Amino acid sequence: MNDPLLEVRDLRVEIPLARGVVHAVDGVSFSVGAGEALGLVGESGCGKSMTLRAILGLLPRPAEISSGQVMFGGIDLVAMAPRPLRDIRGRSISMIFQEPMTALNPVMRVGEQIAEGPQHHLGQSRRSARARALELMRMVGIPDPVRRARAYPHELSGGMRQRVMIAIALSCSPQLILCDEPTTALDVTIQDQILKLLLSLRKETGVAVVLVTHDLAVVAETCDSLAVMYAGEVVETGAVGDVFRLPRHPYTLGLMRSVPDFDVVRDSLASIPGTPPDLVSSFEGCRFAPRCQFAKQDCLAGTFPLRVAPGGRQTACIHDEECAEAARRDPVVSSA
Amino acid sequence: MAAVTAPLAADPLTIPRARGFRHRWYRTPSFVAGLVIVGLMVGLAIAAPVVAPYNPDHQDLEHILAGSSAHHWLGTDELGRDEWSRMLYAARVDLRVGFLAVLFPFILGTTLGCVAGYYARFADTLIMRLVDVVVAFPFTVLIIAMVFVLGPGTRSIYIAITLVGWVSYARIIRGEILVQKRQEYVLAARGAGLGDRRIIIRHLLPNVITQAIVFSMSDIVLDILAIVTLGYLGLGIQPPTPDWGAMIADGQQFLTTKWELSTFPGIAIVITGLGLSLLGDGLADLLRAE
Repeated sequence: MNDPLLEVRDLRVEIPLARGVVHAVDGVSFSVGAGEALGLVGESGCGKSMTLRAILGLLPRPAEISSGQVMFGGIDLVAMAPRPLRDIRGRSISMIFQEPMTALNPVMRVGEQIAEGPQHHLGQSRRSARARALELMRMVGIPDPVRRARAYPHELSGGMRQRVMIAIALSCSPQLILCDEPTTALDVTIQDQILKLLLSLRKETGVAVVLVTHDLAVVAETCDSLAVMYAGEVVETGAVGDVFRLPRHPYTLGLMRSVPDFDVVRDSLASIPGTPPDLVSSFEGCRFAPRCQFAKQDCLAGTFPLRVAPGGRQTACIHDEECAEAARRDPVVSSA
Repeated sequence: MAAVTAPLAADPLTIPRARGFRHRWYRTPSFVAGLVIVGLMVGLAIAAPVVAPYNPDHQDLEHILAGSSAHHWLGTDELGRDEWSRMLYAARVDLRVGFLAVLFPFILGTTLGCVAGYYARFADTLIMRLVDVVVAFPFTVLIIAMVFVLGPGTRSIYIAITLVGWVSYARIIRGEILVQKRQEYVLAARGAGLGDRRIIIRHLLPNVITQAIVFSMSDIVLDILAIVTLGYLGLGIQPPTPDWGAMIADGQQFLTTKWELSTFPGIAIVITGLGLSLLGDGLADLLRAE
């Protein structure tokens, strides 16, 4: 594989709090090639959104990157000065947020908000930026863009607002879009439309995507590969089809088992017992071990970095064969 | 570029336009009442040269301290000047100074409030300690003291009111910015690579400025009162230019024989204050609902 577009290397984010330092992101590594789509999956609080925000240096205070690199086009964004980093934001890498209502300025017409990027980053004139905004609105499937451009965010429906967000993200033709749960706030039918839109725009513009979500179905529909995060670490990576067919980490398996599947009616949904660990404490052994059905004595001590598993995948589990075996016996995906 | 056609069936395109400012202002009684009163006041002040029967400095020495008559509607003062004409010209001066005096602290306070709220840390500490210092003194006392030091006159009034009045705007704007800057759209703006100044001016300011505008309406009342108080104390607008405060002060000695001299300028101040307060209230209602 040639050089990846984005490569996150051993990224660590720490949040110093009164009760101790929270290791929100603890040595995360992954890479995304040009035009690729990566899903970053995990439950709430596992550090996936933090990872995403750390890439662009947009961590909320007092969170800080304590070590690691974010290589984008051969340059380390972590070490970059604020000014050039600002020029990368929105121009080369843009971001889509979860809540299209709050992520749009309530008192600014949406057309202006879309035109702002091209005006600011590409130095376009007001007029050409406005034309670009209309073109983008047409691209993301907003009907009657001339009229909608004059609307304020509260005058648009949730789906329309998310389309506007996508138009803003695309406005400077970036190489990479970071999506933070872009469909979570939308109802299911609209979710589907937005995902289809993202997919087709990816094909059309060749933009790479990092999609943070807790929804495996979303990943299955839109991504090429995925990285599963648990308690601040990546525990499994691989191509979407491979991982879904044969998860090699018990956490991944547990996540999949907890998704309702209408093709195979199970007696009950399997939930993962227990709760994720407090990220303030230091860890001995595998972080998932206390909740893991395959946990053995050797899981309780040492560290568990990602290692290469069959099929070019990576897993942090040392008993991944057992996990895969369990998945073979009782397939998670009926027809992948 | 080919348009991407995603199905739209289930997505209602637009939520019906909320009734905006333009549709509702005439349904807000306090706003309409305030607008009428202030409009009338400003109208009379502007039209003073046309409406006033006399020049404010014209002395009718045959009718000194005259009661109301067809010639002098509200009578004359101790120098034989027409009370009604002087009140009209005083409105011109007092309203102009009042509106201008609110503009400078508005600009200064909003700017400093933005800086304090957005950058926080050192800038915030510095600016807010400065605010504390100014707030520690009563508004009117501080203004009077400053004008006394600077010397009487309009310029001193502007300077004093600006130096004292900005703190309210700074506080309001800072508080609003502190809330607004945590909103996701600010993060989105930063994510879009916009600079701090652009974020403050283009994104934050339009979201916070309404509170300051609403406050400025009641602030004008306060400023006009301060100007009038200064005039009353002889520190304000200098004679012979008419000013409600000076008129009240001058009429005071004739209060038992000719009460109109002090009372009517007083009523003018009350009506102006009432009008501006109503306008401010109505504006607050309208902008809040937005």
